[in-house]
Amino acid sequence: MTTLTIEAGAPRGAACLSPPGAIARIARREFRDAAASRWFLLYTIGFAVLAIGVSFMSLAGSGSHGLAGFGRTAAGMLNLVMLVVPLMALTAGAGAIAGERERGTLLYILAQPVSRTEVILGKYLGLGLALCCSVWLGFGLSAGVVAWRAGGADVDAFLLLVLFTCALALAMLSVGVLISVMSRRVGIATGLGLFVWIALVFLSDLGLMAGTLIFKLRVQEVFAIGVANPLQAFKMSVIVAMNASLDVLGPVGVYASRQFGGSLAWILSGVLGAWIVTPLAAAIVLFSRRAPA
Amino acid sequence: MINAERVVKKFGRVAAVDGVSFSIEPGSALALWGSNGAGKTTLIRSLLGVIRFRGKITVDGIDVRRRGKLARSRIGYVPQELAFHDDARLASSMAFFASLRRAEPGAASAALEKVGLAGHERKRVRDLSGGMKQRLALAIALLADPPIIVLDEPTSNLDAAGRGDVVETLRKLKASGKTLIFASHRPDEVISLGDRVLVLEKGRLVSDTSPAELWPTEKAVQTLRLDLGGADEEAAAEILRGAGHAVHLNGRGLCVSVSRERRGVPLSVLASRSIEVRNFEILDDVRREADGSGPKQALTAHGSVR
Repeated sequence: MTTLTIEAGAPRGAACLSPPGAIARIARREFRDAAASRWFLLYTIGFAVLAIGVSFMSLAGSGSHGLAGFGRTAAGMLNLVMLVVPLMALTAGAGAIAGERERGTLLYILAQPVSRTEVILGKYLGLGLALCCSVWLGFGLSAGVVAWRAGGADVDAFLLLVLFTCALALAMLSVGVLISVMSRRVGIATGLGLFVWIALVFLSDLGLMAGTLIFKLRVQEVFAIGVANPLQAFKMSVIVAMNASLDVLGPVGVYASRQFGGSLAWILSGVLGAWIVTPLAAAIVLFSRRAPA
Repeated sequence: MINAERVVKKFGRVAAVDGVSFSIEPGSALALWGSNGAGKTTLIRSLLGVIRFRGKITVDGIDVRRRGKLARSRIGYVPQELAFHDDARLASSMAFFASLRRAEPGAASAALEKVGLAGHERKRVRDLSGGMKQRLALAIALLADPPIIVLDEPTSNLDAAGRGDVVETLRKLKASGKTLIFASHRPDEVISLGDRVLVLEKGRLVSDTSPAELWPTEKAVQTLRLDLGGADEEAAAEILRGAGHAVHLNGRGLCVSVSRERRGVPLSVLASRSIEVRNFEILDDVRREADGSGPKQALTAHGSVR
């Protein structure tokens, strides 16, 4: 270090970035880091391969190509999305803050002229964009297969599925980031994220069935409890958006259709929106109170 | 430039910083001196506004608790050990921090040039040596030319040559008008760089003095680590302080810095109060290191007094 030359003079100090500017810079770096990471690559490839597989199976099941190809594929992909996308988002979110804390990099970033809210929002937006890109890639390849084999009929349903999938990814990412803020170790955060995933995907349905039998819940209570699960809200949103009958969901679906009618889509969208905003807001509040290291 | 009033930071019931007040004039260098756990790092983190604390710290009149982001824009921070994404390349790391600090175009290259890392832009952080990482941290701190540089034990992970480089760099920064605040438990660094020394012990400010007052002789100053064999080290430290010695506790013994000619004095002081020094170790030769007139490796000797 012999080349150091420092000119004397009055220090000019520095101004700091506006909040949107700081958020955008952190988001850009987070997106780049996520896109270059192995998990992103693995999840993206996995989701794309499964999406293409579902597309082929849906088309084969339709009996004749060209008959509502996008609609059938969207319906077929619903369960794939409910299984894979929450897992991607929860694990990505779980590592967001806990990983930085464990590596000791969080303190260093916070020592720069940025606020904690800017850091967490920047990381959220960067990861959210990376997740959405992953989802878009999978759906894009699937759409290519469907368009090639069956034409463009019923594409609206497919686009709505993509839209709601991104909303589901952002909601689960919010939950993951909240878990990450609460955890000191990335391993613990990931473990908690996996537990939440299992609870939402598998245990909630079983719990609701058991609760209905044991407590003899009324249909409106079953609906209220069920729709509180963001995955169920997502599923019902997609079914409503496809103009399909909620009768496929049994008495609860019939009740929801009759009780709420045209406003059901807004209620379900509101639930998904609340799952995006509430955990993220809680994460911001907690993050502002916790020590960085 | 910086004012701290009754800063208190507790972790549970333990006060890591306990009612510390100080102020710093522009262009001066303040050393935070004390052993591990004395509260140096916590005080620095409070100054940066990255942890919550009681009391008040202002930087250029800006309250770091209320407007931490603005206060941090005036501070370049060098951590004890650069914690950064190992996969990141130097160029992208510098570009990211330059954008966060609103540095002028070309500032990243200029900062790397200043610290002798020009030409290493394509290297990944994990491929850097400890000294290079420390220089990278310094380069990042110099982005946007902040008037204050805060360093948390910047040489603790470096070898003697690396230490010398960093100290020389900091001397030049000070000469250029920067205000320096640095934590250290190395007396040679404090003597070389510090205009003032805050001596911290268990979170409390036990002395606000100058290096010359802390180590009054111009002759060689040595640090002795005393083994009191289970005697009350805190009481012994108080006795030595009362006799005018610079003392700190580091968890492995009581350390006292003393001129070479008076090495026996602290032992006599303790003996006069019926405190037996079972063994001692000479940790380093402070003046010789600070002046560059002696070997930079720490000298170690052992002895005992009964």
